[in-house]
Amino acid sequence: MVIQRLKSLKELLQLKEELLGEYDSAKTRIRICTTGCRAKGALKVRDAFHQELGKDRSIEIVETGCQGLCAKAPVVSVDPDGIFYGGLTPEDVPEVISQTIRNKKIINKLCYSENKTVYPYIKDIPFFKAQEKIVLRNCGYINPTSLEDYIRRNGYVALIKIFRGLKPEDVIEQVTKSGIRGRGGAGFPTGLKWKFARQYQNATKYIICNADEGDPGAFMDRAVLEGDPHSVIEGLIIGAYAIGANHGYIYVRAEYPIAVEYSTLAIKQARERGFLGENILGSGFNFDITIKQGAGAFVCGEETALIASIEGRRGMPRPRPPFPAEAGLWGKPTVINNVETLANIPWIITQGGDAYAKFGTKGSKGTKVFALAGKVRNTGLVEVPIGMTLRQIIFDIGGGIPQDREFKAVQMGGPSGGCLPAEHLDTPIDYETIKEAGAIMGSGGMIVMDEVTCMVELARYFLDFCQKESCGKCVPCRIGTKRMLEIVTRFTSGQARQGDPLFPQ
Amino acid sequence: MSEVDIRKIDQIIKRFPPHESNLLIPILQSVQEEFGYIPPESVKLISRHSKVSRNKIYGVLTFYAQFATTPRGKYVVRPCRGTACHVRGSASVIRYLKSKLKVEDGYTTTDNKFTLETVACLGACFLAPTMMVNHDYYGNLNDKKVEEILKTYR
Ligand SMILES: Cc1cc2nc3c(=O)[nH]c(=O)nc-3n(C[C@H](O)[C@H](O)[C@H](O)COP(=O)(O)O)c2cc1C
Ligand code: FES
Repeated sequence: MVIQRLKSLKELLQLKEELLGEYDSAKTRIRICTTGCRAKGALKVRDAFHQELGKDRSIEIVETGCQGLCAKAPVVSVDPDGIFYGGLTPEDVPEVISQTIRNKKIINKLCYSENKTVYPYIKDIPFFKAQEKIVLRNCGYINPTSLEDYIRRNGYVALIKIFRGLKPEDVIEQVTKSGIRGRGGAGFPTGLKWKFARQYQNATKYIICNADEGDPGAFMDRAVLEGDPHSVIEGLIIGAYAIGANHGYIYVRAEYPIAVEYSTLAIKQARERGFLGENILGSGFNFDITIKQGAGAFVCGEETALIASIEGRRGMPRPRPPFPAEAGLWGKPTVINNVETLANIPWIITQGGDAYAKFGTKGSKGTKVFALAGKVRNTGLVEVPIGMTLRQIIFDIGGGIPQDREFKAVQMGGPSGGCLPAEHLDTPIDYETIKEAGAIMGSGGMIVMDEVTCMVELARYFLDFCQKESCGKCVPCRIGTKRMLEIVTRFTSGQARQGDPLFPQ
Repeated sequence: MSEVDIRKIDQIIKRFPPHESNLLIPILQSVQEEFGYIPPESVKLISRHSKVSRNKIYGVLTFYAQFATTPRGKYVVRPCRGTACHVRGSASVIRYLKSKLKVEDGYTTTDNKFTLETVACLGACFLAPTMMVNHDYYGNLNDKKVEEILKTYR
């Protein structure tokens, strides 16, 4: 098939109509996650489906990104009925076809169950019910390697709105109105960041997508790039238009080979279709994106270190100001945004900033994706309006602690974050409250710990992590973490001595 | 140890435009992709091509965990030592790997088959504890599973 480059907004709308016209939503579709679930044999399950179905074209197998309930990997959803199965093996596949697909019979042993209740349908499963999906709107529904799937679900439609009459200032106004704050950790208002970068006139500017996702325990950026890469590309195009940049980068860690593969493919597709390159959709706006792979350094997630790394140097942070919005990549004004931040942007433009601001709390608008990991039943990705309590997320959605053990604490915000013990279970999670409680929102990783986790050991673990990942530039970090690690290691190995900090007098 | 094919290094380097210091990391990544490590012979050639001093190149390649200066095994086994994996027992997985492979973190088995390299997080935390062997992910590990996985690569 020859892919036509779209030359105008009209051609994009036409293509979308065509794609919707030929799409039969009543068709039986087996959606199978072939990204995160690969670790549990999803590819073998997929092959078994293909083999079992043979030449039967009445049923479609859709390979998707993450569907959220990763604890049940490998997972499969059956449309249009909305059935959810988990823990599949290739041996289960013939039964799924003969029973569920051909005879509409539910196979109980593959269903999600909680407190002895079996939940065959996605719409009833407590894990999915409480969620509000903006960032993850396409994740798990579309084939991430299909640009057509993305367009069918309103993809690249924000560009129509923009090129039909939103000036860069109007775009920034919508983003400011939405109240969205950066999802990469610091929570800086995205609209304001764009405004700063916008004000430097007549300069070459850059926009960078930070996909370094260094915080252990966070995997939402990986899921978005693997499940819906075009949403990030669209977000970058909008951001570039708003600040006046003609070139962008996606800095993605090399530990994510599928994310690298899919985002590289998505950029190629976007270029072929005319969403990237010269004169995008006949608007006169030029923009293109380069992928840069990280090389295994936690600190490169920090924006100034990331810039140094793209420039081909050791990834060491530098003091700010000047902030990258003024002097970033090669000294030029540069906006750096996190993957999740950017994936929100197309939605904000199509639905409007006010619609986004309806979700969340006073100071923290919108939804946030949390990565549930550790000692919790339903490990996976959840997207909820900001302001839910830890209890709602960990117990109602997360299904509580395995083996009915006692909840001890949840670690949030990665190595720069903190642990929130049980007394904070009813604390609503927003940027301010979390900070007051002693942790940070960070990238949204939540690592749950139960009664058997030793907190002193965990402190040792984090010091070991920080010491290993120190870039070595500043003495307090390079030597300080080493000495602290030595002291805490003495405690965890029963060697602590008089004079050690915290040693009982 | 086998000789490194200088021409091959040259071919890889020539794929990149010259005198662009910002391409240093992608060049190193391509060389490593081909050889599994950065052969010392390549540094001089890269330096000449990119106009970055050899000093600086060594500065960069020793900074990033991805780059190795000695040959690595056919399979790079990368157990995760991230937080989610830690609270679900990665320490014991790593200990088991070390005893099975008889190497320490960062080292390669004498038959050049396996390199053990712990990593900070694989983004597969939902299946902790996890590991990768080359580009393949594995989750919910325990000693028995690790042993089975290693067997498939032996
Ligand atoms: C040590 C350190 C590591 C960081 N790692 C990441 C990361 O992995 N991903 C990320 O998006 N931001 C990370 N950040 C935050 C970035 O510096 C930056 O604030 C962020 O990418 C901006 O995007 P946002 O405004 O959309 O959040 C890190 C910051 C520090 C200090
Ligand atoms: S903490 Fe191990 S994969 Fe993330």
